[in-house]
Amino acid sequence: MSMPISGVSTTTAGPSGPAGQPPTAGGPAGRPSPTATRALARMAHAVRSNRKAATGAVLLLIFILVALFPGLIAHDSPTADAYAPRLGLSTAHLLGTTAYGQDMFAQVIWGTRSVLIIAFVAGLATTGIAVLVGVAAAYLGGLWDGSLNLVTDVLLVIPLFPLLIIIAAYLHGGSTIVLILVITVTSWSYTARQLRSQALSLRNRDFLAAARVRGERQLYIIVVEVIPTMTSLLVACFLTNALYAVLFASSLQFIGLGDPNTVGWGTMLYWAQNNAALQTGQPMWAIAPGACIALLGAAFALLNYAFDEIGNPALRPVRRTRGKRAD
Amino acid sequence: MRFALRRFGFFLLTLWIALTINFLLPRLMPGNPALAMLSKFHGQLNPQAIKALDILFGVNTHTSLWQQYVNYLHKVFTGNFGTSLSFYPASVSSVIGGAIWWTVGLVGVATALAFVLGTGLGIVAAWRRGGRLDSVMPPVFVIASAIPYFWMAMVLVLIFGITLHWLPYIGGYNVASDTPSLSPSYLGDVLSHAVLPAAALLITTIGTWILTMRNAMITTLAEDYVRMARAKGLPSRRIMLDYAARNAILPNLTGFAMSLGFVVSGAILIEYVFNYPGVGYMLLQAVSGEDFPLMQALFLLITVAVLVAILIADIATAILDPRTRTAG
Repeated sequence: MSMPISGVSTTTAGPSGPAGQPPTAGGPAGRPSPTATRALARMAHAVRSNRKAATGAVLLLIFILVALFPGLIAHDSPTADAYAPRLGLSTAHLLGTTAYGQDMFAQVIWGTRSVLIIAFVAGLATTGIAVLVGVAAAYLGGLWDGSLNLVTDVLLVIPLFPLLIIIAAYLHGGSTIVLILVITVTSWSYTARQLRSQALSLRNRDFLAAARVRGERQLYIIVVEVIPTMTSLLVACFLTNALYAVLFASSLQFIGLGDPNTVGWGTMLYWAQNNAALQTGQPMWAIAPGACIALLGAAFALLNYAFDEIGNPALRPVRRTRGKRAD
Repeated sequence: MRFALRRFGFFLLTLWIALTINFLLPRLMPGNPALAMLSKFHGQLNPQAIKALDILFGVNTHTSLWQQYVNYLHKVFTGNFGTSLSFYPASVSSVIGGAIWWTVGLVGVATALAFVLGTGLGIVAAWRRGGRLDSVMPPVFVIASAIPYFWMAMVLVLIFGITLHWLPYIGGYNVASDTPSLSPSYLGDVLSHAVLPAAALLITTIGTWILTMRNAMITTLAEDYVRMARAKGLPSRRIMLDYAARNAILPNLTGFAMSLGFVVSGAILIEYVFNYPGVGYMLLQAVSGEDFPLMQALFLLITVAVLVAILIADIATAILDPRTRTAG
């Protein structure tokens, strides 16, 4: 988990300034305004042609299917302690059973759903706040920009995970809904800043000036003219936020601040740690859910990186080295 | 100078906001968590400790919120965070004092290593654009960025601690056979206990360094002064290090400051997996023991440490790179 997954483009944009200065976001800012549909079509094309994007898309699709139809894959109940505890791997129990006699494969499969719900709901909600704050700040300017930007900057530097920990601790841990809420409220700042800098770069473009001359209202301009132009960045922001939501939520569940009775990967890791699964010869209890988190996260990160490459041609892998002068 | 003052002003503002969050959170939460905590520990605390808790969390007090706030700020600035409940009757400050150096050592060494290795790899990857290192690395680290810190730590424990028995994986030193002293055997023990947690932190954070350095370096290599240096026929080693890397490293420094919060969260989780006796493990112990005074103080400590580090990185960037001074 590292910040510049989508921030890759922000650091390429020349010597970006200190923390208080907006980095120039990647994306199609330099091209004539593509509509939302065109941006989406380009992404669909990218998924087909870019190997990283294709891998990410396939992984994500598999997880979505598993989350939709867990019963088709795992026939056991994830919560019933119906079997002998600590069984090894077998055809009946693909990943063995827990110290409580639950089928681990069923837990992993059924756990997909709650993780994906967190990823999509928190990812979308966080991106929503980021759009509101970022675009409003850039477009309204003046005092609005100053104050919204200040809030964003402050949230950006306060270490989020400790903040999440203490909020969750005062709440005595939380259900999935509480986790989503807490994550959404605290973690929108990074993408808000990216959206703001792209919206800033759009502000003086001709098609917006034309809309203003036509006498359109500000709300119309923001919703119909500005936001569709940023579709590809919006998707990138969603992917970043979804990745962080998954990692934050799983971490909170792992340290016991989630609801220990939900079926989820972080919760599995919590029980594995509490029962010293690694030390008692049950490594699968911790390895399997952790690997799933990493795979789901990788799906988001790969898609994001691929879109970043598309938006920022400088980052694309070059087939040919620069010949003799390099070295 | 103006830039430094502005950054310092922002630092103070953020600090004040963090303090205020810390003050308001327990008071805004439903069901008054501090009151529940107090009743749980009722009868075990002396009146003085209860009074300190009243001030820090605002339970049982009939003073106005504003008066509570003033009292709270006074307590914080005099370094008085009350009594720890899980380490009763030790004061919060003394409990933290025993843990902080473990974290400083662990995070410091791992971060320094990650900086040197990551920046070096990033320079080489960008210089040999399209080479083997450059084509393998970005996807590997994109995937690595999605690995939860604590899971990486658990995998290391499983492989090197439990399966291979190469390294110890519990605590900061062997509590049964060693007493803290300056003896070589104790120091060696501390080192061997630090290897796995430091490796976990290194692996999970180095990707950021490599990727940001590579990307900054690619941009710098396209600059005119690099072309100029090539035209002059300077040795390529000199162009790589003195012309390109030297300028590209600055955004990397700023980027690092911004991602420090993530290093800290990684350290918290990794300390937890290894039962490492630093502030991160202590924070989680305080959480599970509902030791809110300790938790509150640790949150402040971590936040202040991150804010100070960001301030230092900002000012260092400004000193090293005149361009940021006007731009900021």
